[in-house]
Amino acid sequence: MERLLRSRWALVLALAFVLAALPLVFPSNYYFRVAALVNIFALAAIGLNLLMGYAGQVSLGHAGFMGIGAYAVAIGASRFGLNGAVAMLAGAAIAGLLAFIVGRPILRLKGHYLAVATLGLGLLISMALTNEAGWTGGPDGMAVPRLELFGTRLRGPDTWYMITAGALVLGVILALNLIESPTGRAMRAIHDSEIAARVVGVDVAAYKLKIFVISAIYASIAGSLMAFLNGHITPDGTAGFLRSVELVTMVVLGGLGSVLGAIVGAAMLVILPQALTIFHEYEHLLLGLIIMASMILLPRGVIPSLLARLRGGGA
Amino acid sequence: MSIQTGISRRLALAAGFGAMMGAAPAFAQAEIKLGAVLSVTGPASFLGDPEKRTLEMEVEALNAKGGLLGRKVRLIVYDDAGDANAARTFATRLLEEDKVTAMIGGSTTGTTLAMEAAFDDAKVPFISLAGAIQIVQPVKKWLFKTPHTDTMACEKIFEDMKKRGTVKIGMISGTDGFGKSMRDQCVGVAGKYGIEILHEENYGPRDTDMTPQLTNIKNKAGVQAVINPGFGQGPAIVTRNYRQLGIAVPLYQSHGVASKQFIDLAGPAAEGVRLPAAALLVADKLPDNDPQKKVVMQYSADYTKKTGQPVSTFGGHAYDGFHIWKQAVERAGTDNPAKVRDEIEKTKGYVGTGGVVNMSPTDHMGLDLSAFRMLEIRNGDWTLVQ
Repeated sequence: MERLLRSRWALVLALAFVLAALPLVFPSNYYFRVAALVNIFALAAIGLNLLMGYAGQVSLGHAGFMGIGAYAVAIGASRFGLNGAVAMLAGAAIAGLLAFIVGRPILRLKGHYLAVATLGLGLLISMALTNEAGWTGGPDGMAVPRLELFGTRLRGPDTWYMITAGALVLGVILALNLIESPTGRAMRAIHDSEIAARVVGVDVAAYKLKIFVISAIYASIAGSLMAFLNGHITPDGTAGFLRSVELVTMVVLGGLGSVLGAIVGAAMLVILPQALTIFHEYEHLLLGLIIMASMILLPRGVIPSLLARLRGGGA
Repeated sequence: MSIQTGISRRLALAAGFGAMMGAAPAFAQAEIKLGAVLSVTGPASFLGDPEKRTLEMEVEALNAKGGLLGRKVRLIVYDDAGDANAARTFATRLLEEDKVTAMIGGSTTGTTLAMEAAFDDAKVPFISLAGAIQIVQPVKKWLFKTPHTDTMACEKIFEDMKKRGTVKIGMISGTDGFGKSMRDQCVGVAGKYGIEILHEENYGPRDTDMTPQLTNIKNKAGVQAVINPGFGQGPAIVTRNYRQLGIAVPLYQSHGVASKQFIDLAGPAAEGVRLPAAALLVADKLPDNDPQKKVVMQYSADYTKKTGQPVSTFGGHAYDGFHIWKQAVERAGTDNPAKVRDEIEKTKGYVGTGGVVNMSPTDHMGLDLSAFRMLEIRNGDWTLVQ
């Protein structure tokens, strides 16, 4: 059992199986849409979890990178006539570059400087998207041209469910590989003890920067996918501060340092508001209570806490 | 085992929300389903809250009188909290799961534009309650709106300026969504009225002092009036600073501050300020022969009695949307979305809280400048400018 748990391919296969099987039980496009949103937020949360769970750094402006990805495909396609897929890669490159520029000086310092810097960066991106109305359509947002691949226009939540599911599986594989690579081992060493890692010759700042850039790229891709799925984006909906907080909540709720945890956290925060609407005025109250209860009962996050309990129970 | 636990948990969640949503009542056939995605909470709750209360009140009253076409109307409201992404999800849910035959809502322009494509794909009529002109220009087949636009507010102000012989003006606008949009619309139509904007300033939505910007306007020679497109507390601060600096030329505010709260915030400085507003605000001051007098008095009394709160123009937009839809269903004799859409487009002479509505295939709003009244604040209250 332990070996199965450690095998990354078991997780990937199980995830791929579930993602492929879900459409068989979905009765309508609405379910495809909600599931596609889960995939998208899970992707962003996995990236953020690499940063938070392994590098021990918090980014409070991660939605800003989602905003860059979202507006890259909207602006790239509508103003520069780029193919959506190309614009998506351009957005990822811009987000990665920005993360590199911001992270390079800051990640040399110890402590929570990155949290403050990313908070500012997120707000700045959100403000720029709101105020540069000539490019972005301002606070009311802008339309995103449909993605065309190989001569077919991709539309409909079912199509985007498939695409986002594919992206999620790919994202999970890359994240698991990264964790198992020398970089991942170095990251875990840093997370356990920064001083010890430094003593054995790990370039702490360089590894942190690498992870920060990777997590920004994850968020940017997620933002692009969300823009394609929605067909219309607004600054608050993609890059708003509350969106950043939501991403951090997903990671903490699902479990720091757990790829599956990020997926579960994203699923909870996307699905719960939909399921709780039957309680009308009390939906926000209940959502808060569920999150609080989950953090009290499963303090390390849903997945790590449950795993620990299972292991404890089995031994 | 643990992996399966995680996955089965995810499945259980999915199954759980599926069960909750699939629980549509069996007697759904007899009901007419009306959907509404509104920003009931969050930063735009001042729009969504009165809209929701109004729709609930009107549906309740209609059902008490036997419903529509002999069928009960079921109103399904979802709260998007001002988030365009959530709005789009709820729009899909209304169409796919609840199978509504019409939709009233979209409290903000952002949420409306995010939802528009979903209703267009599903071919279901959608009456928006948001302000911006992009919603109906260019005309989209399934999308209508009830509120007047910012352009119309600008035109009303310019019309009044022309009457007073004003041609050269200064402008100070907020950088929030509303202020920005209205500023652009005003600049766009100024030429049509022969108005020349000599100087422009702006301020952030959270600024607490606009004296420097207003000093620049004061020092600009030839300014005959100042216009302030803005929303929230900004315009009240502008008004106070304006009086403190002793600027003598008239000050125009926008319909964005047409609420008692503005007079309270600005205090005596508000004296003499002019602004365009919907008839609803001055219901009791309208002359008896005014076509809107009856409907605005009625809605105002009903709403205050039901909720214990003063009416707002936003609730009025929902009232108009509901009655335009209701009358269209009555004329069509069915709630078939395509037929109702055609009838909404044929709305003529509907007298609502926002004005007299005459829609056409090229005009999915149907309001003209008479929808606005020019008000002046005198002795801490609104007065109609004749």
